[in-house]
Amino acid sequence: MDFYHFSEFAWPHLPSDDQFTSMRLNLPSSVYDPKKGADLYNMILDQYVLADELGINCMVNEHHQTATCLNPSGVVPLAIIARQTKNARILILGNPAANLADPIRCAEEMAMIDNISYGRLECGFVRGVPYELFASNRNPTETSERLWDTIELIIKAWMTHNGPFNYEGKWIHKRQVNVWPRPYQQPHPPVWTTGGSDLVHACRTVTKGHTFAMFLTPADRLAKMFKGVRAWCKDNGYEKPADDKFAFMPLVAVGETEKEAREVVEQVFWYVTNNKAEPQHRAPPGYVETSLYADFLTGKFTGGRTDAIRTQGMEYFRENHVAIYGTPDNVASQIRALYGKVGGFGHLIAMFHSGDMDFGTVEKSMSLFAKKVAPQLRDLGTLSKRFGPLRKRRSIKVA
Amino acid sequence: MLGDMLQTAGAYRVADTDILKIQQARIEVQRAGKGAPLLFLHSEDGYELEGGLIGHFAQKYEVFAPRLPGFGKSTLPESIRSMDDIAYLWLDLIDRYGLKGVRVAGFSIGAWLALELATKNPDPFDRLLLSGPLGLKFGGAYDRDIEDIYFHPTDRVRAMRFHDPAADPHADLSGLSKRRALAYAKEREAVAKLFWDPYFHNPSLTHRLNRVRMETLVVAGREDGLTKPVYGRSLARKLPRAKFTGILNAGHFPHVERPAPFLKKADAFLAGRKGF
Repeated sequence: MDFYHFSEFAWPHLPSDDQFTSMRLNLPSSVYDPKKGADLYNMILDQYVLADELGINCMVNEHHQTATCLNPSGVVPLAIIARQTKNARILILGNPAANLADPIRCAEEMAMIDNISYGRLECGFVRGVPYELFASNRNPTETSERLWDTIELIIKAWMTHNGPFNYEGKWIHKRQVNVWPRPYQQPHPPVWTTGGSDLVHACRTVTKGHTFAMFLTPADRLAKMFKGVRAWCKDNGYEKPADDKFAFMPLVAVGETEKEAREVVEQVFWYVTNNKAEPQHRAPPGYVETSLYADFLTGKFTGGRTDAIRTQGMEYFRENHVAIYGTPDNVASQIRALYGKVGGFGHLIAMFHSGDMDFGTVEKSMSLFAKKVAPQLRDLGTLSKRFGPLRKRRSIKVA
Repeated sequence: MLGDMLQTAGAYRVADTDILKIQQARIEVQRAGKGAPLLFLHSEDGYELEGGLIGHFAQKYEVFAPRLPGFGKSTLPESIRSMDDIAYLWLDLIDRYGLKGVRVAGFSIGAWLALELATKNPDPFDRLLLSGPLGLKFGGAYDRDIEDIYFHPTDRVRAMRFHDPAADPHADLSGLSKRRALAYAKEREAVAKLFWDPYFHNPSLTHRLNRVRMETLVVAGREDGLTKPVYGRSLARKLPRAKFTGILNAGHFPHVERPAPFLKKADAFLAGRKGF
């Protein structure tokens, strides 16, 4: 198993709760203070340097028009840590594939960063949360289709080395695609996607040889998806996917005592308790399943998953492995338990930082994890034997 | 309210429902009444299909009310991606029925569709009645010609669209059966798929309005908050033979909110009485 550090670069200095209805989309940028913000960017970037020194990998993401995430481009921090780290795998999870104005530019940027980092890029692509559609103006009914069209176009652009090719698809038209530079990793950097309850998407990801990641998902639903993918592969004649095709992101805090860990995780939990949004931004027509949208229209859906889990509290989070915290041995034991419950996974993306946590608090929690938890778990899980799509098993005829 | 008023309209009943196969789509067409043909083009919310409006017009005309792709039994195949695509289906539909001298009553996006049809082929049309039309952009890049119905909370959107929000026939959908709720959700998804971007307009349409050479009446609610009344006036000014009329105490759907004054004007215009 390998481990990633993640911070969403959230802006923690919010007005009082009754002063705003959403952290996303309509919160005016007058709430943001550039002087504090500059310090915040640099403090979080320092966390990634620390992670690298501790043998932990790095993950960044992006969101738009929101105080939940000050990275309107994941490419910018990714490029910085490509230079400032030495050994860590650097994961962007992800490029908002369905919303990209120009997928070929994305292929170019990722190829550059793969070269600058000497082949340490892990390249994620996401459909994007529904809020993003208001910032990108992308049609919500098209996102799933655009996600895969974009991923396939970018991979082809990375792997084509004999001059320009033509692409005139449903969404994107490029008559002369010829990406320079080619990626450092051959045939291309590892690809990741994220998902919720869409098993078809998860199976597509894994059978194509990519890694499927889920964030802040209760263990039973995580198990349903990870086991669901494995069962589908078996039923459809594919080889068994290795554990490194599956990734999970919980909130993580490690302390020398249970009390200390609990105090730290409460600070990480800020991300959950403050993640306020308006219902209509969560359910643009055609983004969510029709039945869920019907519930929204008839007043049965108001808050969604985020609001539901906001009200559940820390114990619920711990029981369901969405928050993993405690002393080093306790944390290792919780991760092992989760590994068993979901049928195995190969990457744990630890959200060590959120809200207004200071550098020292994150440093201590992450250091304890790196020195006392990670060594216990490094050998956990299976690795893919080769790069690329899963192979079909040869059928054995029974006489 | 519209339904109540028109309950007394008398012996109207739905005569027929046809399913036409046109290009890759199947289109449900409700037909009612006898007389000169009237093409009835419903709005993005389909209010006009629920009340007694079709029945009212069916007393004088043979009403053809096709459901937009994604509505009712009309399918939304991959090949339909814009109002432009729908207009070509509807032109085929008019050919299929062999309609001539057609009166058109279009509501909101249905009024937009009427303009798309008339610019593409003016020949079959006698006159256009456009209520709360959408489909055009008159302002500059920084002007919001049509308010964003997806961005704001439901209550605020309702207040934009109705002078009296309680007049929205869909104000409370909590009693819908799951089947009806799913059908309604699918209609809303179809609208988003077709009109999210460009947002409820066709940038090319404004340059073709010279082809709408038939008499046209543009009706708009004076308290419309979805588009400002200047929107309807701007359209009327750009059309060769159009007049504009505003209806007091009505929002974007004057035919729903103020049916009596609306129908008075609509009937006179469709009958070709003087003054219109």
